[in-house]
Amino acid sequence: MSTDASSGPPPRFISPHAEGEFYWTSGADGVLRLQRCGGCRRYIHPPGPVCPYCHSRDLAPEPIAGTGTIATFTINRKEWIPGFEPPYVFALVEIDEDPTIRLGTNIVGCGVDEVEIGMRVAVEFEANGEWHVPLFHPIPTE
Amino acid sequence: MEEPLERRAIISGAAQSDIGRRLHRSGLDLTIEASLRAIDDAGLTVADIDGISTYPGMSGPFGGCTGAELHDALRFSLNWRDGGAETSGQLGAVHKAVLAVAAGLAKHVLCFRTVYEGSGGPARASGGGGAMPPAFQYLIPYGVTSAANWISCYAQRHMHDYGTTREQLGAIAINARTNAASNPKAIYTEPMTMDDYLSVRMISDPFGLYDCDVPCDGSTVVIVSHRDHAPDVPHGAIHVNAMGTALRGRPSWDQFEDLTTMAMRDSAASMWERTEMTAADVDTAQLYDGFTWLTMAWIEALGFCGKGEGGPFVEGGGRIAPGGDLPLNTNGGQLSGGRLHGFGFLHEGVMQLRGTANVQVADCEVAVVGAGGGPESGCLLLTKGIR
Repeated sequence: MSTDASSGPPPRFISPHAEGEFYWTSGADGVLRLQRCGGCRRYIHPPGPVCPYCHSRDLAPEPIAGTGTIATFTINRKEWIPGFEPPYVFALVEIDEDPTIRLGTNIVGCGVDEVEIGMRVAVEFEANGEWHVPLFHPIPTE
Repeated sequence: MEEPLERRAIISGAAQSDIGRRLHRSGLDLTIEASLRAIDDAGLTVADIDGISTYPGMSGPFGGCTGAELHDALRFSLNWRDGGAETSGQLGAVHKAVLAVAAGLAKHVLCFRTVYEGSGGPARASGGGGAMPPAFQYLIPYGVTSAANWISCYAQRHMHDYGTTREQLGAIAINARTNAASNPKAIYTEPMTMDDYLSVRMISDPFGLYDCDVPCDGSTVVIVSHRDHAPDVPHGAIHVNAMGTALRGRPSWDQFEDLTTMAMRDSAASMWERTEMTAADVDTAQLYDGFTWLTMAWIEALGFCGKGEGGPFVEGGGRIAPGGDLPLNTNGGQLSGGRLHGFGFLHEGVMQLRGTANVQVADCEVAVVGAGGGPESGCLLLTKGIR
């Protein structure tokens, strides 16, 4: 994934469903949010109209710490989308609040060959048109 | 155990069209070719066919031919028809046909999967925006439009947790290539060494090019009939012993609970719940290899080895070779034979049980066929004669 400022961010084809738009705008204030149930207090991803656990409709985006652990990843080395230049890392990050939820993301701030399963990461946001795309970078292990 | 309903069904006919990288013939043309061959193979005529079942049906460029196109092209008169992708994987079309026959809704159902990816371009999730299922809206923005990316994440975690190696995945690719040499319709037939496998360009780590199947054009048809028809089947009826259809985990490429297996965990378990037979009874396995690791996941899910033991099981290739304990993907699979999207394995399973495969397993009486990856998965346990 190119980080060359002159070429700008890659094309990301974000077209949110009704309940999902907040995910791509949350980063405007530097905070990542996930949908959370007001009834059973569980986090829900992808977001939906009804809590899959208790069927409550009392759902709203809530801030999360934005830290987690890489559950798995791949280094993509083939160009699938013109302008989205390989190599880049796609990872599934388990969030600290609920490790059963995994966020798909790109890992930035390190070489593609430095990424490992179990690595601790934190969110940052890429301004991309009207969206603030959640990306993750490595942080020191506590 | 009460007799499972699927035992009322047999596979009476099976055939394929020509298969190639770029045939430049329409999907309908290929489907008609395979259909007429399969109907003849079953000892039937067009007028005998009273059902059509296909995967994925009307699903845009992902499909190669719809059921309605074939229906009209051969002017079938149908009592039952079905097509769709929200089912137990590619073999879901066969599962539904089996149920239709068992229920008496139809006597002879033509089941097909036609692919047109060699000429028409690879099927993958759209990178062009527009309506996209919510599950994909959290993947596509990160530059991963291919199943190669999604599945490689599971392979990576399997390697991390169990010590699986690229050489072990390579054993699956090399086995497929070796078997493909005897398949006149296979796409890749030149011998492949482990060095060839390891040195080819990487696509999405840990998958290199030879971990990925090869797009092609082609149509595969099987005829599912009621077992009452078995005595009249010219090349021997193949009996359906059990079907696996379950998806007990989340229907998701990225949120499935276990990152070291996929939906085959559930479909395989549900198949064994419907039969007295066990993995030890199986003479050959024809298991989906859209990517090498999927085959390993199928081997584990079906219980040919323990969870996480798929790497050592296939290592060296002897156990999965035609003379080994579990002859695997004896026609070259999709890795070398061509991406016929699940139905190629079913065709090969039928040929093995008939005793007419290009690489024939001796005394082959029980075959398992498994197709699919990610949340798409289904399997069939087939026997020569009634069990």
